[in-house]
Amino acid sequence: MGPHHPSMHGVLRLVVASQGENVVDCELILGYLHRGMEKIAENRTTSQYLPYVTRWDYLATMFTEAVTVNAPEKLANIQIPERASYIRVIMPELSRIASHLLWLGPFLADIGAQTPFFYIFREREMIYDLFEAATGMRMMHNYFRIGGVAADLPYGWIDKCLDFCQYCLPKIYEYERLVTKNPIFLKRVQGVGFINRQEAINWGLSGPSLRASGVQWDLRKIDHYECYDKLDWQIQWQGEGDSLARYLVRIDEMKESINILRQALKLLPGGPYENLEGRRLVQKKDKIDWNGFNYQFVGKKSSPTLKLPKQEHYVRVEAPKGELGIFLIGDDSVFPWRLKIRPPGFTNLQIVPQLIRGMKLADIVTILGSIDIIMGEVDR
Amino acid sequence: MINSTEFCRNKLIHLFDELEITMNLSKSIWIFASTLLLVLGVTMGVLVIVWLERKVSAGVQQRIGPEYAGPLGIIQSLADGIKLLLKEDIIPAKGNAWLFAAGPAVVVTPVFITYLVIPFGQHIILSDLGIGVFFWIAISSIVPLGLLVAGYGSNNKYSFLGGLRAAAQSISYEIPLALCVLSISLLSGSLSTVDIVETQSKYGFWGWNLWRQPIGFIAFFISSLAECERLPFDLPEAEEELVAGYQTEYSGIKFGLFYVGSYLNLLASSLFVVVLYLGGWDFSIPFVENFGQIVSTSSVIDKSLDTLKPIVEVATTLSKSYFYLFFSILTRWTLPRVRMDQLLDLGWKFLLPIALGNLLLTASFRILLIS
Repeated sequence: MGPHHPSMHGVLRLVVASQGENVVDCELILGYLHRGMEKIAENRTTSQYLPYVTRWDYLATMFTEAVTVNAPEKLANIQIPERASYIRVIMPELSRIASHLLWLGPFLADIGAQTPFFYIFREREMIYDLFEAATGMRMMHNYFRIGGVAADLPYGWIDKCLDFCQYCLPKIYEYERLVTKNPIFLKRVQGVGFINRQEAINWGLSGPSLRASGVQWDLRKIDHYECYDKLDWQIQWQGEGDSLARYLVRIDEMKESINILRQALKLLPGGPYENLEGRRLVQKKDKIDWNGFNYQFVGKKSSPTLKLPKQEHYVRVEAPKGELGIFLIGDDSVFPWRLKIRPPGFTNLQIVPQLIRGMKLADIVTILGSIDIIMGEVDR
Repeated sequence: MINSTEFCRNKLIHLFDELEITMNLSKSIWIFASTLLLVLGVTMGVLVIVWLERKVSAGVQQRIGPEYAGPLGIIQSLADGIKLLLKEDIIPAKGNAWLFAAGPAVVVTPVFITYLVIPFGQHIILSDLGIGVFFWIAISSIVPLGLLVAGYGSNNKYSFLGGLRAAAQSISYEIPLALCVLSISLLSGSLSTVDIVETQSKYGFWGWNLWRQPIGFIAFFISSLAECERLPFDLPEAEEELVAGYQTEYSGIKFGLFYVGSYLNLLASSLFVVVLYLGGWDFSIPFVENFGQIVSTSSVIDKSLDTLKPIVEVATTLSKSYFYLFFSILTRWTLPRVRMDQLLDLGWKFLLPIALGNLLLTASFRILLIS
């Protein structure tokens, strides 16, 4: 099933050995969307690199930006103001709802119900409108900065966002009513692609795939990052570990995100939205060799940059697909020495051959859809 | 009371006499003309169904559908057909050219033939065979052969898989279909479609087979959806898995034939549902019939009402078949797809026992009532 396939999962190549309808073995071939993101990062400052990061996971863009600015912030120990912290909770939660919605549409379309695909775009367009009002772009926002966010929320945005929450929650219940009890749907997903708890931990899964197998692991609770501790929410998980459980976990996560959104919007404090320390320039101004090796890719009138100290560490966020992480090695200059991206899709994809063996051909797309991969981040 | 068809026929006989055309020639002209009329009417019906599908599916998906080609987009399907006619005809290099070309023909021709036995009105039927419905079931069994031929001749693994699936599905669902039809013919005492409708219209609205055979109706409904390869049974052309199944390699008018053939099949199935279960051309819905009787008591319009009768009958048949069409389009865009092994399970392990049980019930009731 080649890279060009109307299965709406991006360019993934599956070589499936089948006996009639049964799958005997399967091999995954990746790399059709490799763009050299990690190498490019070695020659860009963080604020120059931000437009690239939204192209990893292009459906949940706020998370990629969040982790990219978290890495230098933690490395250089820059605090962010509280308002920025709350905005950094609101935006990713909206993005999480958007990502789960766009997972739901193609998942159901793969199973055969092609109508919800149109319905999810209704809500997603509203999220796009909210993003466009705040950041200027519908999808590839260049919004997060080291030290906070690039611009404050416009006047009236909070009311619109609360209106959206009020509109969206009954719609999510509508999706549940339409789909979850449907006998044909249940027969297609129940018991298909079963991962038990130990296997899920062994393979290094993360995100909804892990939580659907009974492991209550959510980085927002474990790492205590941003201001998730101040909000009252629960980890959504299921015990069965099949595709139906993964579907239920994601639907519940959407509802929980709306809950988090409402609380964060009510608790949003005033104050600055960016820590201007993050814009501090390189210290030794007079010793800059503008025409040398280090600056040959930098425009001669460069934007304010942050000097990354010569340390290394790993930061992670709970993206809708799993644990998205960046391992950053700073080099006492504006460019990182190494930026290693840990995409959730890449790790979650490893389990697919094992799940597919012994299933029918029609289950391949169901399982692929329930694991929720996006090739932009798998291939980088 | 002069029957309108006989009226027309008498006039035509006078006309032919005046033109001095012999009896045989005029008979063959009559047959030729009526066949042509049926084929044209059915093709136009398919165009209407395509438009209907696009509009209804747009309504389900909260969008508008075709609106630019002609008022409300009614010429859109014609435009698509003409476009397909003008496209280049590609034949796969390593495929078997004869089988590849024969595929669409074998799939579409039997469907046209089944329209011979469908009655649109009391005397509006192309050929009142004594074995009406049996003819339909027998001829529609040729279709899986065409699907296999099309899938194999394409030299494409997706097409081959799709053709195999389609053939397996068609064969499995023919048996519950035939058993339901058998129960109906037990009730009406004959296999001829005209007799079946007349048995139903004897008792008016409550004599429709829908009330006498509810289980059979549901089983027939599901089986005919599966025979037409509509969702939820459209695995042979599951877009997400098999690109387009057995239709993958086809382009131009051959693809158009498959497309048209699938809607022809749907129209034929809906007309058969109307004939077998919904009373055919019988217009005896209780409330409306009283109204019709009140109108016809005035003798002035009495005679003209009789000549209008065939038109009323045809209109009744078509509007009843709309019910099935609308429901099948709605089902297609609402329900997910059934997996292949679950589909075959449904056909063999669920519908077949139910259809057999229905037959048993019907037969025992007949024996009880007769004795």
